This record gives sequence, C-alpha cells and structure tokens, in this order.
Amino acid sequence: MTLLQMLIDAASVGGLYALTAIGIGLIFGVIGLVNFAYGEYIMVGAYVLLLSAGLYWPFAIGAVLVFVVLFALASDFLVFRQVRRAPPETLMIVSFGLSFMIQHIWVVMFGSLTKTVNFLPAINRSVEIAGLRIAGVSLLQIAATVVLTTVLALFIKYTRIGYQMRAVSENPRMARLVGVNSNWVIAVAFAISAVLAVTVTVLFVAQTGSMTPFFGVSLTMIGFVATVIGGMGSLPGCALGGFLVGAVTTILQMVLPPHLQPFREAFVFTSVILMLLVRPQGLIAVRSAWERV
Amino acid sequence: MPDQQNPLRDMAAWLWPWAVWAVLLLVLTLIFSQISPAMARITTDTLIRLVIVTGLYIFVGNSGILSFGHGAFLIVAAYASAWVTIPVAMKGVILPGLPEMLRGIQISPLGGLVAGVVLAAVLGLLAGIPLMRLSGIAASIATFAFFIVISVIYNNWTDWTKGTASLVGLPTWVGPWAALAAALTALLIAWAFQNSRAGLLLRASREDLVAAHGAGIRVMRLRLLAFVLSAAVAGAGGVLLGHNNGALTTANNVYLNLSFIVIAMLVVGGIRSMSGVVVGTLVLSVLAEIFRRFETGVDIGGVMLQIPGGTREVLLGLCMLLALILRPDGLSRGREIRVPGILRGTRPGAKTKKEEALP
Repeated sequence: MTLLQMLIDAASVGGLYALTAIGIGLIFGVIGLVNFAYGEYIMVGAYVLLLSAGLYWPFAIGAVLVFVVLFALASDFLVFRQVRRAPPETLMIVSFGLSFMIQHIWVVMFGSLTKTVNFLPAINRSVEIAGLRIAGVSLLQIAATVVLTTVLALFIKYTRIGYQMRAVSENPRMARLVGVNSNWVIAVAFAISAVLAVTVTVLFVAQTGSMTPFFGVSLTMIGFVATVIGGMGSLPGCALGGFLVGAVTTILQMVLPPHLQPFREAFVFTSVILMLLVRPQGLIAVRSAWERV
Repeated sequence: MPDQQNPLRDMAAWLWPWAVWAVLLLVLTLIFSQISPAMARITTDTLIRLVIVTGLYIFVGNSGILSFGHGAFLIVAAYASAWVTIPVAMKGVILPGLPEMLRGIQISPLGGLVAGVVLAAVLGLLAGIPLMRLSGIAASIATFAFFIVISVIYNNWTDWTKGTASLVGLPTWVGPWAALAAALTALLIAWAFQNSRAGLLLRASREDLVAAHGAGIRVMRLRLLAFVLSAAVAGAGGVLLGHNNGALTTANNVYLNLSFIVIAMLVVGGIRSMSGVVVGTLVLSVLAEIFRRFETGVDIGGVMLQIPGGTREVLLGLCMLLALILRPDGLSRGREIRVPGILRGTRPGAKTKKEEALP
C-alpha cells in the first residue's frame, strides 16, 4: 500500500515538474531559447490569482490565463524577438536578465514578503480510493499532466500550426523560405507555454496557498534539469525528465534518514550530473537540437 | 632596426593591453579611495567583483561554455579561509563543531588566501573531470547542478559553516589596495593564459569544436586546465569577499545572486575578451552605485529626486537587457586594446599575436 501511495505522490510531484519542463522544452525546441523567464510566467500568474481571489474561481483562472498569455507574448515581442539571431548563450543570458528584472518589478509592486491566498481549498481535501488517502490536488496534477501532454502532442502532430512549428524548429530559414510566418509560429509557442505555466500556477497556488516574487526560480531550475535529462527539444523527453525528477525527490524524501533530509536537493542534483555524464544528449535525443560533435 | 629581435619591446608589446587597464585601475583606485571611506569601500567591492569576473572569464571566455557553477568556488574558498584565519579564541565559541585540528590553528591572512585558492582549485579539478566531458547547454546545466550541490551542503552543514546564520570573526584585512593587487594579478593570469599555447588552442576549440578535434587538440584536457585555473582565481575572489565583510552567510541566496551579477558583468562587457571583463565590471558597478544613490534620494538643482526602493535591480536588469539587445557581443565586442605601432615592430608574427585573432 505504501508503495502505491509513494507512486501516486511521485506522479503528482512529477506531473507538476513535467508540465514546467514541457513549457521550457517547447520554447527551446522551436527557437533554441533556454527561457529562464518561464518561472516568472508562473510567478506572475500567482499574483493575478491573489488579486482576483474574490471572484468565482473560473473567472479567476480566466483572468490569470489572459494575463499570463499576454505577458508571455509581450516578453517575446519586446525582448526575445529583438535578439532572435543572437547565439544561444546570449539568448540564455537575456532571459536570465528578463527574469531578474520581472522579479524585482514584482518586489517593487508587492514587496518581497510571502503573500498567502486561499484559493480553491476544496481541492486539497483528500479522497479515499481503494483504501488510499489521496489529496484531490494530486489527482488533478496527474490528470492535468496527462490531458495537456496528450493535447499538445496531438496539436503538434496534426494541426497546421503544429506542423509549421516543427518546420521552424528543424530549419528556421528554410521554413521562412517556404512561406512559414515564423514570428507567428513562435508567438503561438509562447502562448502554449504560457498556458502550461498557468496550469502550474493554479495547481501550485491551490496546493501551497503562498507566493513570493522569487518562487518561480526553483520551479524553473527543476524544469531545466528535467528538460536536459529528458533530452532538450523532445517533448516526451521533457515529460519523462519531469516525472523522473519528481520520483527521485519523492523517493529521497522517504528513504533518507532525518539528519540527511536537509541535503536532499544535493542528492537530486548529484544524480542530475551523473545522469548527464551517462547520457549527455538526454534520455530521448533530438538530433536537430544537439550540437554535432 | 625594426626587424631585429628585441625581447624588451616584445615583452612590452605583449603586456600592453594588460598594462593599460592596470594603469587605469590604479588611477581610479587612487582617486576613489581618497574621496571618502564609503567610496573606498565601493572601490574595494568593485575590485573584488573584478577578481571574480576575471576568474569566470578564464573559463567561459576561452572555452565558450557558460558556467553557472563558479559561485561554488566562492563559497568553498571563503569558508576554507574562514576556518583557518578566525582567531582561536573566537573559533571555540562560534564553531564548536569544527574538528580539533582546525579549531586549534590560526594562520596569517595570506595563508588563508592560499588555503582557499588551493581548495577551490582541488574542487575545480575534481568537479571538472566529469563536467568537462559535457558540451553546450548540458555543460551549463551540469555546472549549475554542481553549484546547487555545494550550496545546499554549505547551507545545511551547520557544524562547520553555521549555515544561514552569520559566521563572524574573519579578520578584515582587505582594503582597496589589497583588492587592487588581487585584481591586477587575476587579470595578468587571465591575459597570460589566453595568449599561451593552451589558451589559444582552447580558443580555437571554442570557435569550431569539430575542427579542433580534427586538428588533434585535446579539448577536454585544455578545458579542465582552464576550469581549474578559473576556479582558483574565482576562489581568491571568494576569500577576499569574506575578509572584506568580516562575516559569511549562505542566507537569502547571496551566492546565487552574486553569480548572476558576475555573469551579467561578463556578458555585458563581452565574453570573449579581457577588456570586456574590465569594461563590464566597471560599467555595471557604476550603474548599480548611481541607482543606489537615486534610491536614497539625490538633490539635483534643488529638486529632490528619489526612486522607490527596489527599483535599482529593475533598472540594472533593464540596462543589461538593453546592452544585450543593442550589442549582443558585449560592449567590448570581443576586442582587446590595440598595441601601438611603436611596440609592434614590423615582424609580422608580432602583430597578429597581440590582437584577438578571432572576433
């Protein structure tokens, strides 16, 4: 029984990480941008939720969705589009700078202290299924991950814009030559990653009820790690990486003796380094996204 | 006799770009450290940051791999120096968990510096052996993971580090002059390395890894060398940091934020040249200081100008973004200071050697 419980915990934590990783991986796959500001999409959404907490919950989520999608589009339009042709390291630093700036704008506006909000307390109640007590939010996390990943996969595989997205990712210049509007395709990718960010926001805030302008950072870091482990640019890889990191975290939480608990993260990140040494290209390697050496 | 060997002139030509920056930094330090004690402190801070940026540059600039892990070397070196230099009487009270051997000794500040640098270099070697096998973004993420590992360990290893509480009692021997000496030494090391055989080969591999492998360059070994050297220099910066503040703490992600600022300085200045290191550090430090002044309020022509608290970081981030958007190659565009003709002589070999061969 405890094993099953552990699996569910791992899947729900992993699901949240997987969603974050897919959001990061999608943008990386399309334009080769390692987007540090992704955590800020999640963070910004949480504060919209804070402001709209009085509303009926679908409206609150709607408000977050609209704001975060516009926010992500604006970040692409104002910042990333300006450096489209810069080398990947520069892009990475640009996103780093953007993330730093957004965090501090939020510090100026809301202060750096923790804010709390009681959003949808109902979904934190436990449900009992076959003798197991499972938090509703865990189930939602697993469900959201499965649904969104499937929808995204179908979208990329079968729609016109998904097709174009793969073309831009494969060869941006060639895609432009055959008439793909790459800026539009990239904007759609940003919008999708924003939708994923909103999902993470809603689940995260419903679960913890608290936020600071810096809480996006740790999620981004885990998202990155998951993306790299899974294989950058491969969406199934990102999902797999996310689940893996979630599973390792949950397992360590259970098996580590108490005096080693504070060092948990050190173990997680050591395993990341080991993982990279064994498979530097990630679990599911994508040829176009990798340097040819 | 322009075509004759002239070792003195060659040496001068070789040193010229470093010497120009050295003189400039010397003059700036002379001026600013005299204005007020507060200004002297700012000068010291800036010079220490210059040491750290130079350390980072030795690896990043030559290998082309972005490292997010150099914060780890700052932490390790700073604490190593603290363990051996805090007065014995205080150590018994502050760090009762320290082993007998470390608790009973107290060595000179210079000894502390050496201890810190050596430990950082050893850690650089141990971490570098596996890390240098990776390339590109995987390498960057792995260095970041390495930083988190070290940072989490020092954060929770309270017997030795006091964790997020402050470790006090470090002798504060670092002033503007010590920091200047360290910065000039660091820059000279960076300059010597990038113009050495190893440095040039590594730069070649940065431009085209496949061709470098094809030409028989042992890229991994060179990267490791640069990584260790860079860890040692960054470590020296960490030691200075501790002995400037007199206290160490791992609270509030100080090292993560510092790493960010250091990377920003390097990128804004231009990752590919030593001049970029100096330019980036000076420009961002000056901007940060100006914004800090505005936060406390500045009197301009009778009008009190004040920006809300916290805006400093926002403006700093904005400047960085603008710099990157307008000049993606950094303010220096990867160039070094030109050597004047009188020193260059006419030997064709002498000229190409001084300039950045690969822009």
